Parts: sequence; structure tokens; C-alpha cells
Amino acid sequence: MVNTPLLSVQNLRVALETAHGQVEALRGLNFDMQRGEKLGLIGESGCGKSLTALAIMGLLPARSQVNGSIALDGTELIGMPDEDMCKIRGARIGMIFQEPMTALNPLHTIGHQIAEPLLLHQRMTVSAAKLRTIELLERVQLPRAKERLQAYPHQLSGGQRQRVMMAMALACQPDILIADEPTTALDVTVQKEVLALISQLVSEDGMGLLLISHDLGLMRDQVDRVMVMYGGAVVESAPTEALFQTRLHPYTQGLFAARPQLGLKRGTRLSTIPGQVPDLSNWPSACAFADRCAHAEASCRASLPALVQVSEPSHFVRCPKWEAIGLPQ
Amino acid sequence: MNQASNMLLEVKGLSQTYALPRSNWFAPKPTLQALQQIHFELAPGKSLGIVGESGSGKSTLARLIMALEKPTEGRVIFKGQDLNRLNPDQLREIRPEFQMVFQDPYSALDPRQTVLKIVSEPIQNKTQSEMKELAVSALMEVGLLASDLDKYPHEFSGGQRQRIAIARALITRPSLIVADEPLSALDVSVQAQVLNLMMDLQDKHGLSYVLVSHDLAVVNLMCDDVMVLQEGCMVEYGSSDEIFKNPKHPCTQNLLSAIPG
Repeated sequence: MVNTPLLSVQNLRVALETAHGQVEALRGLNFDMQRGEKLGLIGESGCGKSLTALAIMGLLPARSQVNGSIALDGTELIGMPDEDMCKIRGARIGMIFQEPMTALNPLHTIGHQIAEPLLLHQRMTVSAAKLRTIELLERVQLPRAKERLQAYPHQLSGGQRQRVMMAMALACQPDILIADEPTTALDVTVQKEVLALISQLVSEDGMGLLLISHDLGLMRDQVDRVMVMYGGAVVESAPTEALFQTRLHPYTQGLFAARPQLGLKRGTRLSTIPGQVPDLSNWPSACAFADRCAHAEASCRASLPALVQVSEPSHFVRCPKWEAIGLPQ
Repeated sequence: MNQASNMLLEVKGLSQTYALPRSNWFAPKPTLQALQQIHFELAPGKSLGIVGESGSGKSTLARLIMALEKPTEGRVIFKGQDLNRLNPDQLREIRPEFQMVFQDPYSALDPRQTVLKIVSEPIQNKTQSEMKELAVSALMEVGLLASDLDKYPHEFSGGQRQRIAIARALITRPSLIVADEPLSALDVSVQAQVLNLMMDLQDKHGLSYVLVSHDLAVVNLMCDDVMVLQEGCMVEYGSSDEIFKNPKHPCTQNLLSAIPG
């Protein structure tokens, strides 16, 4: 094939063992990522965003059942032996986690932690790894990188820790960077800097980026395409600007309308989505949003609607009634 | 009575200094000035938003207003009474009039208490049945059901838990609620519900809020006044219409320009 995507996820299904029996937490996920492409995944807690990241990294709990396909450059990752997966994780796919406080080991210096993948994956000598670590820390714009090699995570601020996480993720020059809520624990001003840095590094290295967040506004400047997840399935997927222009799925519309925005008059009530995110253990088998949706009809509760391409270029929506409700706003 | 006494809350020259561990045995203890000379007043029914980066002293100010700690300097005057000059009994008597809602509804509710116990905890000197009655009406006000009284926190979602926390604050009919990042642990679609609820309750009961938040859009929506803190200092303070339209201090401008989207 001429144009093998860098990452191709096809019909990915993940079932988890819970106290209430087996539940399907991802219900058929499809997307392709080209080299240099930036994808955004948004949704609320429990919709399966982080699970998607873990599935790609091969870090799902051992008792979970995974079906479908995740192919990296044409190589199937699902069912790959652990040993081989270890060579990919960290080396070809890097990941930045949400909480830099808990994702870093408090007992090791940051120099040690960043050098670890270099020693492991690239079999560098200790002195070479040290030089490379300094280089990486400079690249993520951590001031006084050389002195900081001996620093422990608690000696750094949240933003600095996130930079260290980034240096770790980038250490082996991966092809794909997965950033799972990288700025949720940070201040707005620091968040802006960290996002700009991620964006810059991804562009410089031509990596593919999968940015996961619950924050719609944050996606706008960072990614080329946004996928909106709800109840374990993508309900809408569109180029970022197109999505900010027109929302077709009632859930996406609700999410956009519920954002408080500057410039609203004091005391304005926000429009809300009635009800709440369904609990994983009792997801409806059909459209998970049907119970909160004003447009739902019998067919929505009968089976999961298909993701259909609508007239605009590569705008997909999983709602049978999108034509009736998807008015431009 | 002086003229200022028609203010609900007055904060005058409030400073807080914390002692840090000494670097060696003989060195003096270094100190951290968490707040410096904070002044503001709040009229009944009005709301104040406190914004700033982490470590700027927002939460310290909230704790001082709640009289959860003593300031090194300055006064917090609630309804004409200096909170730090009251003896413990007097303080306990006035506490029902100002209540707090915390950031994380998962850790703010005791997992081993029923909702009835949690919500009715702030009430004093009432019989069991009166307590239950008050708890039911508080729950109804925040959109929960009377049948939720016997449940435990783990049976509720994050948004519902924050509603329980708000019901607990409301049950004493306070005139001031101090809310420290009440929305940041909630999902976007749930944030809007809780925000609307807080505004409805304000209209209905003439409540005042002191809202600590990093979300300037929320502050703009809810608060008449805004205070911007930076490293413990008040760098900008005024009506939120004015400040959001025309931010003067670089810190405020920086915060505003950092809003994504």
C-alpha cells in the first residue's frame, strides 16, 4: 500500500471485567492518523478517552478483552507479545500522563527517569544518555537543565514536572505522542505554555499527536481534527474548524452550549444537557446519549446508530437525525 | 453603629505569614508571606470572584474568611463582628451564617456517613425529625430527592455529590457561601448544571458568594466584583464588568489571554 497511515485503529472494542460483570467500554472505534497529523479526542469522564490511549499503548488491564485492530505503520499491535510491545512502548509511542505528580517516581532524580528509556531502548552508555538528557531538558525549555538533572520531582513546579514528562516521552524520538489531559492539573497561564510547547515539538519532529482532553476550547488551537466521544463511541468527528462552525450531534451541541464564555451577561443561565453521564455498568446498548437527548426516537434506543459521513468533507456523525437538528450556529 | 456595618463582609488589611521549616538548627525559621494587605468589602447579595494562579493565596484567603485559621494581621468582619475577636462559643454561634463548599466533592464528603448525616451536620439544637425535615428541603432545593437521604456518597456522581455539598452549606440558611473551585472537579455538562443551580439559589435566597476560581468565564458570569491575586498581593480589584473589559494589570491581562478557545 502506498499510503499506510502511521496509526490505524479499526473497529476497536474493549470489554472490561467489573463487579457488575463484563461491560463493553469501547464500542467500535475507527480512526487513522497520518504522520504529522494532530488528532484531538474529547469527552467527559468515563466516555473511554483514556481507555483508548491505554489500548494503543497496550496497557489495558490483563483481564480486559480487546477486539479489532490497532496497526502502527502496518504492524498489528493487538495480540503482540509483551516483549515486542515493550520495544514499541516508549520507543515508538510516547505518552504524557495527566498528573505529573503521580506519574513521576518521587524516589528517583529526574535525570535518572529521563535517561531510563535511553538506556533501555537505545542501549546508550550512561555518559551519552546523560548528555542526551540535558539536550532533552533544554528542548522542553526547562531552565538550568544541567543542574536539574539531580533534582527530584518534588523540587519542581507542576509545569516543570509536565516538561520533564514531555522530555521522557520524547527521549526516543517516538512516531506518535499521546497526551492524556496534559494540562488539567496546571494553571491556565502555564497550560498555554505547555500546550504551545507540545504543539511545537510535535511539528518539529513530524510526530503524530493524539491529544485527549475534556476541554473543548483547548482543542481549537492545537489539533487538526476533533473526535467527540460519548459512551464508548465516537459520536462526531470533524476537522477542528468545521466542528467549531457546525455541530451536528446533539451531544456536541450540548457540550458547546454548556460552556461558560466570557462576555455573557451576569446571571445568564447556561443551557444544560439534562441528566448525567451514564454509569459504565448500565450503558444503554443502543445510543448511549438517547436518554439525555431531546431528539431521540425509537430507533435510537433500538441499536447503536452508524457513524455516517455528512456532506462536508470528512465530517462524520453518529446520529440518524443529524439533518433535522444540525443547523449551523 | 457606623456606616460600614451594612456590609455583609469587610476584610481589612488582611495578611497571613506561614513559618517554614528552618534550613539548619541555628538559622531562624524562614517565612512565607501568603497574603499581604488584602482589603475588600462585600454588600449583601453581591458576589466576589477571587482569581489568580496557583500559589497566589486564593485558598488562604478563603480559609481566612471562613475563620478556619487566624491571620497574622488584619481583620475579617462579618455582619459587623470581627471573627477573630470572638470567643469559640460566639464563633460557633455565628458560623451557620457563612458556609463553605470545597473543590473536590469526592473527598469533602465522609464516605461512611449517610446523606442525612452529612447534610444535617451543620445544624445545632434541633430534634431528629426537625433535622430530617430541614435536610429534605435542602436536598429538594439542590435538585435531589428525599429518598436520597439514606444513601451514601459513593452512590452519587460527582455533580450530585457537589449538590450534596451545596445542600449541606444551604441548610443553615447562610448569607454567605465561600466556594473554593466548586466546579473544577466536574464534567463540562455537569458544571453548567451546578453553576445554574448556584445562581438560582442566589436569586432565591439573596445569597452572597465568594467564589475562588481559575475559570474567568465563570467568575464573569457569577460575580459582581473580581479580585486578582498574585503572590499574595491584590494586584487588581474592581467590578468585573470593568476588569474584564479593560484589564490593567499585566497579571490580569495574562490570565485573560490564556483562556483557550
